[in-house]
Amino acid sequence: MVTALKERKTVDMTVPLNRQIQSENILTVKNLEIFYGEKRAVNGISMDIEKNSVTALIGPSGCGKSTFLRSINRMNDLIPGARAEGEILYEELNILSEDINVVALRKEIGMVFQKPNPFPKSIYGNIAPALKFAGINKKSKLDDIVEESLRKAALWDEVKDRLHKSALSLSGGQQQRLCIARTIAMKPTVILLDEPSSALDPISNAKVEDLIVDLKKDYSIIIVTHNMQQASRISDKTAFFLSGDLIEYDKTEKIFTNPSVQKTEEYISGRFG
Amino acid sequence: MNSKTADRLATGVFILIATIIVAILAGLFFYIFINGFKNISLEFLTSPSSNVRAGGGIRDQLFNSVYILFITMLITVPLGIGGGIYMAEYARPGKVTDLIRTCIEVLSSLPSIVIGMFGLLVFVNTTGWGYTIFGGALALTIFNLPTMVRTTEDAIRAVPRDLKEASLALGITHWHTIKTVILPSAFPSILTGAILAAGRVFGEAAALLFTAGLSTPRLDYTNWNPFSEQSPLNIFRPAETLAVHIWSVNTQGLIPDVEEVSSGAAAVLVISVLIFNLAARWIGSMIHKRVTASK
Repeated sequence: MVTALKERKTVDMTVPLNRQIQSENILTVKNLEIFYGEKRAVNGISMDIEKNSVTALIGPSGCGKSTFLRSINRMNDLIPGARAEGEILYEELNILSEDINVVALRKEIGMVFQKPNPFPKSIYGNIAPALKFAGINKKSKLDDIVEESLRKAALWDEVKDRLHKSALSLSGGQQQRLCIARTIAMKPTVILLDEPSSALDPISNAKVEDLIVDLKKDYSIIIVTHNMQQASRISDKTAFFLSGDLIEYDKTEKIFTNPSVQKTEEYISGRFG
Repeated sequence: MNSKTADRLATGVFILIATIIVAILAGLFFYIFINGFKNISLEFLTSPSSNVRAGGGIRDQLFNSVYILFITMLITVPLGIGGGIYMAEYARPGKVTDLIRTCIEVLSSLPSIVIGMFGLLVFVNTTGWGYTIFGGALALTIFNLPTMVRTTEDAIRAVPRDLKEASLALGITHWHTIKTVILPSAFPSILTGAILAAGRVFGEAAALLFTAGLSTPRLDYTNWNPFSEQSPLNIFRPAETLAVHIWSVNTQGLIPDVEEVSSGAAAVLVISVLIFNLAARWIGSMIHKRVTASK
């Protein structure tokens, strides 16, 4: 799969190579620095992200956690003047390097955004075109993947009778689950979630959270969240960011019950941020 | 004056302004229609114009207008959309892009008579074509292109960034994202821009005076060979458009019924633009609905 990032064109129908070794790391970040022009937003962080686990990134606004998240699938490339130094190793490949096929990378490392952003197309039309672009053209196979990913996103039962209706007619929570389904359909190995439920009501939020916990069987998940309860409920490990520094990174339980750094405790208990 | 009175006053002033605008428009339409309608008849629309006698029609001018518009849009729309995509999606911020943008703005503010003179120099004399439909269409393209580029760029920039990111994050290439996500979302605005541009082109006279000319050869509408002199489809023949015809009968016409012909032609011009607008809007919303699967 190492060369795949440069060559892979079709979507692999089998579940990615995971589950084999539970404690293996999917991503290794080494001395990552991210700049917006002259301004440094992330100051040399290093961390390992475990396979098939949920890693939460927490911290006050502007602490660099979203910037970090967006550098993992190179979405920061879209921002003029943004550049990253250091390494993020994915399958022993530095994904920050120039010669990475960003398009293939984004197929493997999917992303779900803060605001639900379905395409103004049908529900089916939100999922199928990216698959077609990835080389799957058979109608029956497309239908299968659409159904499978909607099921995984716990949305199938709600939308199976109106797959060809506009995705914009769904509720906010359904839209967000559709966005997750759309990402899953590409069979990524890593899913990045940027505050996926901050725009949702509590019930939709609970559904999305259940879904995330469920998804870690098959995927490695990194989630940025402002919601402490959410981080403590769903994540296995938590990283606390402050002003571009990684202050503390440990098992979620440890972070929320007995953090080793004073700042972490202050943030978690709501004394600032 | 307390804030409540000020608020009422402001509301009143804006209503007044809106009323004035509507009144001007309504008055204009009323005037044109009242004067024009009585002169429009099937015969007026289907007979060729006359040079000296009364009772000439506008058949050829109407056809020329539509045909020049068609040729112009055929050139302008692909170029304009391409330029707009470049400006919105590919051009990196910097001096070169700023220069291009300045050029586009200057170009769009050039008086059309100047473009006509330029067209005379280049498309008529330098090329040796003489007065031609194609030369006229090229002059109109110069006149039209900046608007089209600008409209496309604005329409693309107005597409929410979310959608673009969503598509890119699914491992879809930039170009495919433009084709399948950005352009469909921008399509209604681009179409509206194209219609407005088409309206301007349809009514344009100054840029065509020296490029497409003031005369039309005798046309044979059964001759569909685009290389034949008499064929209406020949793009290398001179062609007087409706707007130019209105100008020419009023300034140098020898016919006794100048008033009737020009007011009739004016009404036809306005009605045509109106029909374009309504039809294109309808088509646009149909396509938009089909693409977005909304009801």
